[in-house]
Amino acid sequence: MNERAGASQVRVALPYHLRNLARVEGDVLLEVPAPVTLRAVLDALEARYPMLRGTIRDYGTGQRRAFLRFFACAEDWSLASPDAELPEAVAAGKEPLLILGAIAGG
Amino acid sequence: MSSVRVLVGTHKGAFVLTSDGKRKDWKVSGPFFAGWEIYHMKGSEADPNRIYVSQTSGWFGQLIQRSDDGGKTWHQPGLPNEAIPPPGPPTALPNRFAYDTSAETGKPLTTHQWYDDTQHPWEFKRVWHLEPSLTDPDTVYAGVEDAALFRSTDGGENWHELSGLRGHGTGSQWAPGAGGMGVHTILLDATNPKRMYIAISAAGAFRTDDGGATWKPINKGLRSQYIPDPNAEIGHCVHHVAMHRTRPDVLFMQKHWDVMRSDDAGENWREVSGNLPTDFGFAIDVHAHEPETLYVVPIKSDSEHFPIDGKLRVYRSRTGGNEWEPLAKGLPERDCYVNVLRDAMAVDTLDQCGVYFGTTGGQVYASADSGDSWAPIVRDLPAVLSVEVQTMN
Repeated sequence: MNERAGASQVRVALPYHLRNLARVEGDVLLEVPAPVTLRAVLDALEARYPMLRGTIRDYGTGQRRAFLRFFACAEDWSLASPDAELPEAVAAGKEPLLILGAIAGG
Repeated sequence: MSSVRVLVGTHKGAFVLTSDGKRKDWKVSGPFFAGWEIYHMKGSEADPNRIYVSQTSGWFGQLIQRSDDGGKTWHQPGLPNEAIPPPGPPTALPNRFAYDTSAETGKPLTTHQWYDDTQHPWEFKRVWHLEPSLTDPDTVYAGVEDAALFRSTDGGENWHELSGLRGHGTGSQWAPGAGGMGVHTILLDATNPKRMYIAISAAGAFRTDDGGATWKPINKGLRSQYIPDPNAEIGHCVHHVAMHRTRPDVLFMQKHWDVMRSDDAGENWREVSGNLPTDFGFAIDVHAHEPETLYVVPIKSDSEHFPIDGKLRVYRSRTGGNEWEPLAKGLPERDCYVNVLRDAMAVDTLDQCGVYFGTTGGQVYASADSGDSWAPIVRDLPAVLSVEVQTMN
């Protein structure tokens, strides 16, 4: 938790193309209100970087786009409930939430 | 001094090619949006510095990009690149293409025909074509897959479906072709702001005479071997349609097979394939100053999407069809097995009309003499999906 009560500094690692779109280098730091869930992190990400709206979650359904995956603390969170709390290490900013594009090709 | 700007959308980014009126020395800028599919990019005639881009990805979905300085810088409409947005609901949703589901106009528009003859929900996939208004730089139309037409009147910040197209009556019978089911052609009538033509693979061509509120299929005279009914109102695989701006009632069509012509705003079509070596193809366009001069790139067949005998040739008719001449000077005469896609040909409006086309092999060819001779501007881009030209006088 940071000094602002009830908010955490969360690190998000974006895939290459989304970093370019957001014009950022390295991980993104976001202030996320507790509880730190996938939905809360993505809401904060899209609020700060509106050019990413629709690229991670489908505009119409709000669902994860099919070829993107979420990882936290070496665990696949892609199919988890968006309202489940992420690991404490992510909420504390010690570990990033990883957003990855599925590997395609050969 | 005159100049031209060629806007090239490729499988892996966008490129802007610029030259003076001589069109001999070119500057290549890009790639912009590197790694993304750029289905189409087109500039506004009302403000040539305004350029719209369809940027798409199987991973990240559909984005709209806009330039207000002739392609030097880009941003998503309504979303300045560096600014931190104010709190509260966003006012600009430039990448949101939501089908009309309103009770008044959208409710019946729930499904279309699928490959197996079952009904399938409409699913937005991507923007195939962007057509800026001829008079207002903030108004732009988007032809999308699954087939529908959208319009923005705020420079691409927000989009609304013109649902009269899907809702005109046959929408539930439309079916995708091999490449999907998209609105790929949008033609605006410069003499009548209420009239517009669009074409869909594989539903056919349609016309509105009331600014997009209602639509009419205009496919009478088209014959398609896979459609047994010779009078089928829809279902034809129209690849592209072109017109000369001074004669908006005369349309030229490259269908899956057959090059067609209409002299009555699409009410009736007749074949003008004439002596073409094959009448399969995708691209078609009309000379900027000669309304009876048109260009196609014959492709061997629907099973072999490349030129006949490895010889890349544009064919030109100066008689509005039927009589065609091959244009080969400067084009590959052997071992060429590229395709030229439907939106990958364009003309400029300089006194000596320039003609341009791009290939799936990454070449963009230009002719500064109406097609008599050709030279590559670039040879090694990613596969070219679209080519548009802006002429600056």
